[in-house]
Amino acid sequence: MTDIKRRQMLQMLGAVPAVAAFTWTREEAVAAAEQAGEARRQAAASNQPYTPRFFTAHEMATITALADLILPKDDRSVSASETGTTEFIDYLISEQTDRQTAIRGGLAWLDAECLGRFNKAFVDCSDAERRAVADDIAWPKRARPEMSQGVRFFNTMRDLVATGFWSSREGVADLGYMGNRMTVWNGAPENVLQKLGVSYD
Amino acid sequence: MQIIRSPKVYDVCIVGSGAGGGTVAKVLTEAGADVVMVESGPMWNEATDSAMLEWNYESPTRGWSSEKPFGAFDGCIGGWDIGGEPYTVGTGAWRWFRARMLGGRTHHWGRISLRFGPDDFRRKSIDGLGEDWPITYDDIRPYYDKVDQFVGVFGTNHASETGLHNEPDGIFLPPPKPRAHELLIKKACDGLHIPVVPSRLSILTRPLNGRAACHYCGQCGRGCATHSNFSSVSVMLPPALASGKLTIIPNAMAREVTTGADGLATGVSYVNKADRTEHQVRARIVVLAASCCESARLLLNSKSTRFPDGLANSSGVVGHYLTDSTGLSVSGIIPALMETPRYNADGVGGMHLYVPWWGDNKALGFPRGYHIELGGGFGMPGYGFGGGIQNYPYSRGGGYGADLKAEYRRYYGASVSFSGRGEQVAREDCYCEIDPNVVDEWGIPVLRFHHTWSDHERLQAKHMQETFRSIIDAMGGTPTSTMPGPEADYGLAAGGVIIHEAGAVRMGSDPKTSVLNAHSQAHDVKNVFVADGGPFASQADKNITWTIMALAWRASEYMTDERRKGNL
Ligand SMILES: Cc1cc2nc3c(=O)[nH]c(=O)nc-3n(C[C@H](O)[C@H](O)[C@H](O)COP(=O)(O)OP(=O)(O)OC[C@H]3O[C@@H](n4cnc5c(N)ncnc54)[C@H](O)[C@@H]3O)c2cc1C
Repeated sequence: MTDIKRRQMLQMLGAVPAVAAFTWTREEAVAAAEQAGEARRQAAASNQPYTPRFFTAHEMATITALADLILPKDDRSVSASETGTTEFIDYLISEQTDRQTAIRGGLAWLDAECLGRFNKAFVDCSDAERRAVADDIAWPKRARPEMSQGVRFFNTMRDLVATGFWSSREGVADLGYMGNRMTVWNGAPENVLQKLGVSYD
Repeated sequence: MQIIRSPKVYDVCIVGSGAGGGTVAKVLTEAGADVVMVESGPMWNEATDSAMLEWNYESPTRGWSSEKPFGAFDGCIGGWDIGGEPYTVGTGAWRWFRARMLGGRTHHWGRISLRFGPDDFRRKSIDGLGEDWPITYDDIRPYYDKVDQFVGVFGTNHASETGLHNEPDGIFLPPPKPRAHELLIKKACDGLHIPVVPSRLSILTRPLNGRAACHYCGQCGRGCATHSNFSSVSVMLPPALASGKLTIIPNAMAREVTTGADGLATGVSYVNKADRTEHQVRARIVVLAASCCESARLLLNSKSTRFPDGLANSSGVVGHYLTDSTGLSVSGIIPALMETPRYNADGVGGMHLYVPWWGDNKALGFPRGYHIELGGGFGMPGYGFGGGIQNYPYSRGGGYGADLKAEYRRYYGASVSFSGRGEQVAREDCYCEIDPNVVDEWGIPVLRFHHTWSDHERLQAKHMQETFRSIIDAMGGTPTSTMPGPEADYGLAAGGVIIHEAGAVRMGSDPKTSVLNAHSQAHDVKNVFVADGGPFASQADKNITWTIMALAWRASEYMTDERRKGNL
């Protein structure tokens, strides 16, 4: 697109419709939206490394280790910490002040449990040691009663990591979400209808 | 400090720019009236201010927001709690959702655009409860037609086929084809004799009146940058502004309606929120469209020696008969939907199919009904994705690692949801009044709410629960929750939560039991009108906004006639 055309598009996208009489072609609308999105992304892009807002460096490392235990790399996608999950959790909890104590305390509970069992913090544990603790708190129905606080904390972390990973660019691609774009709707494709045993007639 | 009075006397002053205020502004300015609009929020336009097509990963909280109840990208300024603008609750419970922006709640609303049916205007005649409207469906039908044609709504005329005579035909754009999971729901409902028909949403499936057709990104609630769905700002205000007859005063919080020695309204006083200065704008007619409860508040706060109980309140009815829709939701996991091949299921920003009320109250233990809103599909992953997976039916019960990762994939798109939205029977003892002890930061006395449910609504909620669970069962799935019992009102949401407040300034033929006449005009003060949910004599098993707009249009034509005749 030429620069003039591009500027026109951006202007159109920002146009106050003083009269509801301007008409877009689909191509113009799509192009304008893409341009605006790109401009937004460029404005937002920053090369600065993330500075934690709430958690300490040790807590950040613990969250990272937990994130990758919960959603590791597999043959379809990268691990959770590679998708900004740790940073997301820090940012979120810096805003959700009513959850700060529970999560900071949960991280401390985890370290205390590891210290008691292995005489080291969670991040310093081997993979097998981390799993040994996780196995005791990751299965609410099976967990021993004295593990209840750990179970609660792990449920929280599982949910936070799930948001962090699946809502990331990589998570979205892994799930196969195909929307958030301007398109034409002609109904669900035939293979989907067949799988569900439904049809349009 | 002094009150700044506008020198000009406008023909009409409208308070509020949402569904009701926008409609009045369009109709009156096009009829030549000089209109001033007092709006408590800032200017907002979806073309420049919408977050359309942003990804959740572009937000550091992945779409969560401490300020916006429906997420960081929602096209809303306001919410359940507004800093500096409290309200209080006396008896029962009430939640009050307020928008503070040009266009009100019409940017982020669900756009379910249902006409009330013939029965809905005469419920008392049918079951003896509540009150009939002073108008019939035939009185309002031409205005529904105008709203359909000007705003645009898709749907189908199905009454002759389904036999649902209380679901009136409209002037519809073609509906979008159903999504795959919606067809699956329909299949199950067919077997249960529950009708599933194309939904009726004010989203353009064809270009209309210069606005582009929908591009199916499914994000109507963020505000549509191409104006392809309804909002007051996209649809109603452009022609009003183009007429050159509309002046908008943003960030202007109306305090009260001012009156003269003759007992008529002279205008509106307001606070400029930017600098806290006090103003008065003068007009020959005042139209309150600040949303149902806020319009009641304005009337109650407009006290004078002549009107000691508030303006237009000789009946004492202002604030009373406040209703909301009944509402609750049930979700289920459907194994048949697991591992469905992916496709772009965004569609329009809302359901493509829904269930209108089909029940026969004579055979049921409760009056009135509800419709069902359907959910499901492959939504954009965002904040809260897969939350509580350890409790999902068919899950392994928690865990971690590669197996868990695979499990999330399996559940993606495998859940469906059913939300009931039904009719509360209006009662005098559900009401709002002025709290004698509390003011907001502008010094305006605030509302105190009293709202409870009766068995009419509780039994309706029980029916919703049983119905939704039977549909999930028929689909071969399992609900994600157990059914709440009578001690929890069967899961009925608190009043206000469904955000369909109506009735607090009701219309009627008897000035002793109603505030407004059949033209939404105050019985007591002929140059005061109300054009939001306030005038509703009853709710329906349908969302209220299409009726707010049709009533507002009708009241505006009446005002135009009366002005022409010299009566106003
Ligand atoms: C999330 C959500 C989904 C919804 N979905 C649907 C749906 O699918 N179908 C449906 O029919 N309805 C739906 N609704 C309800 C719908 O939004 C309202 O019924 C409709 O917007 C009401 O129109 P209104 O003009 O009465 O009020 P609003 O649209 O709320 O506008 C009122 C305006 O008045 C202004 N105002 C308030 N007080 C003052 C004051 N003192 N001084 C000056 N200005 C003031 C406000 O700033 C606001 O702009 C939904 C609402 C929400 C929040």
